[in-house]
Amino acid sequence: MTERSLSRRDLFRLGLVAGSASLATACGWDGGEVPGPRLRRVSRLNDWVGENIFFSPDRLAPEYPVSARTPMRKFPTYSITRPGPPKFADPAGWALEVGGLVRKPMRLTPEMLQALPRVTYTVKHHCVEGWTAIGTWTGVPVSAVAALVEPTDAARYLRFDSFDRGYFNGWDLKSAMHPQTILAYGFNDRPLLPNRGAPLRLYSPVKLGYKMTKYLTAMTFTAERPGGYWEDRGYPWFAGV
Amino acid sequence: MEEDTSSGRRPLVRRHHWLVRVSHWANAVLLVGMIASGLQIYSAFRHFGPRGGPYLPNPWDGEHFPGWARLGGWLGGGINWHFALAWPFVLTGLVYLLYMAFSGEWRSLLFRPRDVPRAWQMQLYYLRLRKEHPPQGKHNALQKLAYTAIFLLGALAVLSGFAIYKPVQLSWLVAAFGGFERVRYWHFWTVWIFIAFTLVHVALVFLVDPASLRAMITGWYRGRFPSHD
Repeated sequence: MTERSLSRRDLFRLGLVAGSASLATACGWDGGEVPGPRLRRVSRLNDWVGENIFFSPDRLAPEYPVSARTPMRKFPTYSITRPGPPKFADPAGWALEVGGLVRKPMRLTPEMLQALPRVTYTVKHHCVEGWTAIGTWTGVPVSAVAALVEPTDAARYLRFDSFDRGYFNGWDLKSAMHPQTILAYGFNDRPLLPNRGAPLRLYSPVKLGYKMTKYLTAMTFTAERPGGYWEDRGYPWFAGV
Repeated sequence: MEEDTSSGRRPLVRRHHWLVRVSHWANAVLLVGMIASGLQIYSAFRHFGPRGGPYLPNPWDGEHFPGWARLGGWLGGGINWHFALAWPFVLTGLVYLLYMAFSGEWRSLLFRPRDVPRAWQMQLYYLRLRKEHPPQGKHNALQKLAYTAIFLLGALAVLSGFAIYKPVQLSWLVAAFGGFERVRYWHFWTVWIFIAFTLVHVALVFLVDPASLRAMITGWYRGRFPSHD
């Protein structure tokens, strides 16, 4: 009997939530101040559950033939800086700062990055907006860079910073160590262009596009979960596809 | 048929279990929220097909839906609403399915091969090509067809939704729907079938059996049709 009345009450609550949803519909209301954080908590739970059910550290995204590439001019470019692309103050002096909870912090110049193990794949890009596009990316696996700097046991997350008006992303280590997570310096057989995130950008075919920080400046191992530019505005944090 | 055609009032009978009623109305509200947040998500990329085209046929290609039809305010809000309502939507469907299975009620609802000729007779009656209302149990054969199909449509909406949610991890599911661009397309079309179903469903309630509205609210029915097979 208790079980029955419990589920009845739960269903009633469900109706209340759904009721407010339909009310919101009528007003084109974005969730406002009150349900915003609650909605985000639900989203965060969903995102975490989805990641734990579906993500596998060694399942790879399918690769496509080069002939399947989306024509370059139809593959959208995007930056927070408008008009883009953002410019680095001292292009010749650019290097990636790798630090945080690591034993050997490093400054990696483009030459050093290109001397590291290289991965090239032709994969499908999934944008949160709902479009997809296929392109070829070349770069060094994040796991190879991690092996160089030796993260400590306390390191659980990675924070990627950029020179694109403070755009940044937080990643969990498991996703960052996925073999297809790379720091890309090449696109479609050529050096990465400024409108695609040059000199260096994060890439992964198992995440939504907004997780892939462009215009990288730093890669920092942390103990606390970093947020992210869009993640802090309400997009899912794991964003695995 | 045990229809009471005498001048006296028809007996008041119990027609719907509370689980059926709660899941029915929860589903109605959740569906509104799912559709409205889905239309908000659609606003972010208003085409079906690879970036740059060619695009699949779509009467709303390139169009935004009006503000009153959207929930979430922007893409992030739409996504959060869509995902938050998705689980209750799935749960409601499962509760309903389990109730149907364990109560045996599925017998009066599931459309089976033997219902094909009965559905045809019912169609003839609605087209006024047959005078007598065909005999029926709790639901006529066309209703069984509609209620079976709409449940399958819900399952299709959920499966295509999962495929869009995890297109890489569920690549087999995406492939079954004909690729990522098409799975978005089918997911979008489920919306219009849901809306068409709802319009016809509501119209028929008032035209054919207004007493069924009370039955779906209170569970009690005083109408012209039997309440069990």
